[in-house]
Amino acid sequence: MLSLTLLSIPLIAAILLLFSRGNLSRNLALVFTLVQLVFTVYAYTVFKNEGSQAFEFLANWSVKPVLNIHFAMDGMSLVMIMLTNLLLPLIVLSGYNREIERPHIFYSLMLFMQFALNGVFISFDGFIYYIFWELALIPIYFISFNWGGENRAKVTLKFFIYTLAGSLLMLFAFLFLYNGSPAHSLDWASLSSNPSCSCNQSWLFWMFFIAFAIKIPIIPFHTWQPDTYATAPTQGTMLLSGIMLKMGTYSLLRWLLPIVPAGVAEWQYVAITLSVIGIVYASVIAIMQKDLKRLLAYSSIAHVGLISAGIFALNLSGFQGSVVQMFAHGVNVVGLFFCADIIMNRTNHGEIEGLGGIRLLAPKFATWFMIIILGSVALPLTNGFVGEFMLLFGVYQYNTWLAVFAGLTIILGAVYMLRMYQKMVLGTALKENMVFPDLHWNEQIVLVTIGILIFVMGIFPGPILELTEPVLKNLIK
Amino acid sequence: MNTLIYTSILGFLCMVLEIFNVRKLIVPLLVLGLALIFGLNLNDWNSNQSFFNNMVRIDNFSVAFSGLAIFVTLLIFILATDYYAEDHNHISDYMAILTFILVGALMMFNFANLTMLFLGIETLSIALYIMAGSKRFDIRSNEAGFKYFLMGSFASGFLLFGIALIFGATGSFDLAKIADYTIQNQQNISPLFYTGMFLVVFAMLFKVSAAPFHFWAPDVYHGSPALVTAYMSTLVKIAAFAAFYKLLSGTFFYTFEKVAPVLNAVAILTLAVGNLMALSQTNFKRLLAYSGISHAGYLMLIILTAKNQTAGALFYYSLAYALSTLAAFAVAIPVFKAAKSEDIDAFNGLAKKNPMHAAALSMAMIGLAGIPPFAGFLGKYYIFTEALQSDYFYTTLVAIFASMIGVYYYFKVILAMYSQPANEVKMEQSFNYNLVLWVCLALSIVFGIFPGPILNIF
Repeated sequence: MLSLTLLSIPLIAAILLLFSRGNLSRNLALVFTLVQLVFTVYAYTVFKNEGSQAFEFLANWSVKPVLNIHFAMDGMSLVMIMLTNLLLPLIVLSGYNREIERPHIFYSLMLFMQFALNGVFISFDGFIYYIFWELALIPIYFISFNWGGENRAKVTLKFFIYTLAGSLLMLFAFLFLYNGSPAHSLDWASLSSNPSCSCNQSWLFWMFFIAFAIKIPIIPFHTWQPDTYATAPTQGTMLLSGIMLKMGTYSLLRWLLPIVPAGVAEWQYVAITLSVIGIVYASVIAIMQKDLKRLLAYSSIAHVGLISAGIFALNLSGFQGSVVQMFAHGVNVVGLFFCADIIMNRTNHGEIEGLGGIRLLAPKFATWFMIIILGSVALPLTNGFVGEFMLLFGVYQYNTWLAVFAGLTIILGAVYMLRMYQKMVLGTALKENMVFPDLHWNEQIVLVTIGILIFVMGIFPGPILELTEPVLKNLIK
Repeated sequence: MNTLIYTSILGFLCMVLEIFNVRKLIVPLLVLGLALIFGLNLNDWNSNQSFFNNMVRIDNFSVAFSGLAIFVTLLIFILATDYYAEDHNHISDYMAILTFILVGALMMFNFANLTMLFLGIETLSIALYIMAGSKRFDIRSNEAGFKYFLMGSFASGFLLFGIALIFGATGSFDLAKIADYTIQNQQNISPLFYTGMFLVVFAMLFKVSAAPFHFWAPDVYHGSPALVTAYMSTLVKIAAFAAFYKLLSGTFFYTFEKVAPVLNAVAILTLAVGNLMALSQTNFKRLLAYSGISHAGYLMLIILTAKNQTAGALFYYSLAYALSTLAAFAVAIPVFKAAKSEDIDAFNGLAKKNPMHAAALSMAMIGLAGIPPFAGFLGKYYIFTEALQSDYFYTTLVAIFASMIGVYYYFKVILAMYSQPANEVKMEQSFNYNLVLWVCLALSIVFGIFPGPILNIF
């Protein structure tokens, strides 16, 4: 029943919020996301003490065609749930000193998104998983579209059609598996224990892989991403980059690997090569970027490229690194986009060149921004280091040369991140009479929380590794 | 049987009321009458009786579809109160003819004899020709009526010729006896029979507006008055598909293998034509016409699998499609009226003026595109499973790609409402339109979340 509670809190909140107005909306949204966070902590303790039994929920939805609802929990799901429910209050809080039109609808969509994301991570039946996967797309589309910047109609439509096209391919694969399975069931356990014949897995792999690769995004399916990140309102970008990308990488581990093992074995080299190409390509483009949000978007492609490369290395350290890095990247990228938003909000200036001297005016902001950047470039003792180290080690075990190229991400990442920081924050102000008030109280809470998380996770990554180890070891078999 | 008789009486009553000069009462009385008939119809559930020497058979299939048809008509009549508010002189004629369309549809659900099928189709079509041309001073409406009449007559000719040839081969009009004939003469079925069967199938393909027999649909949908278009794209389509399904699953199932390749090709072509042509439409009614053609393509997948008794899928999909389409028209009709234009541009900036209506139309469009949690998604899901089960692998793949394309043109309407600057148009609020709108959307979500009772109705 705990699973249902996890889902119902944000859903009820989303409906309630529709009837609120003005400042009440964001306060309510904050309260509900905090309630959900507290409940997640409770769920974590239950999971530690009693195991996954308390989360099992199995019900029949329809007899013909057989549709089941199956919610469950394991270590990997729990990590993703924690990430989602931890980031949501921060994302809500980050909008506290911004004016948003029609806030009740904005926050209602956001909580609906939380509902769908929670659903994706605890679904253990292909059908219900697909439904939540689609449901997550609708609120983020309307958030980016209604509150987005210039050119939003075109950009968001491209995003929507791109991702929906991918999911329809996945739907086709699920339907095929449904017909092939003896019990006509899409249950995760039955799909992973009787994989379909390896003659079909070869193309089934691509059906799933394209759907996930678009969401992650892996090159060459990434073209929607930079535009969407640049256009969407910052809170929408945070949701997209912090959590929604992780749907893709999570699904690789949860669905693709167990369901089509032969297909994965057959195409492993293509997938991992694409991922590594993505790392280098996106890093190089990030160096060339003039726009801050786009730079962050491409750096995000590079980071998730490493995550998927680690997954397709198919060994324990790659898997573990990917889960740690999913969590770490989620936290860091939300912080980075928030810092970008703070800069753009105060200076109306989104270019990397032509700014500077922020450190003199806002030392607190400069410090926390630096910490987040250090986490993002994987300095030892920060969260980025743990994940990237394990990922690179995983890739190295698969192929030395690929690991060498993948390792470029750390060097190139340092190049574009530190250079951006130097140009925008350090030095003297290039703009005359620049006004840059230091952190507002809500901004301070968000950045400090993220900064602390970066160090805590970097020094004690143990809990996440511990939670996911049994699941991932199982996957190796 | 009661359903059919009482509905006909209701139609006549409409014309009689004209004499007593109580025009204002016509629509309320009709709505009341239809509600009663809806109840009476449910009474026949599980009764399985036949009438008039097996001309008409009432079974669960016909009861379920009759219920759906009456429900759709009821909603259309609620819309009609406001739609014909300014054309009060003719309201009794219009309402009577609309009721007779329902009578024809009911016959198409419970026929057990090919002559009954023909009578049903003709009753429905002739009434529809008149309604398509009912805006007498509008050249487009005249064109629609005339075009539909000409093309429809051809199709009726095909149907009649086909029926005659089947009679020549089998010596009977009775569906059961024709089926018996095909089973008993397995080896030497007369070529007359095959010719007849193909002619009947082609006539039905025309009626469901499947490509390449679809050319009439966009022009007729475009020219007809909006309310009639709504009626055509819901009730008439459902009736034609139900009759088609009944023929293939109950009568031609033994010789189905012969038509299957043709139907398969038609399904693929319909999906392609409907979706590709919809991409470039700027008129909302034409857009819905092509979207209707593409939905006909999805429904063709059910016709292809008719041998496996997939009536549940047909019913669920028809219901989902009808609910979303009616919701779309319940927003579109008042907007058209206010804007005096039926282009997608008429919706520009609706989100700023009427956020509730814009949200509602978005929901209807998302429902038509088949995205959860609306019933349209499960309907597609069910159809695709059935098609894959019958090994129509590539057809299903085409249908998946068609759904991708579909998203684009449904979202064009949403984009117009949310991203374009608002136009001057002031939309009238009306209780009746809002009632239909929210009932349809609520049911669409309810059936999308609790599909069980409908999916397994048979």
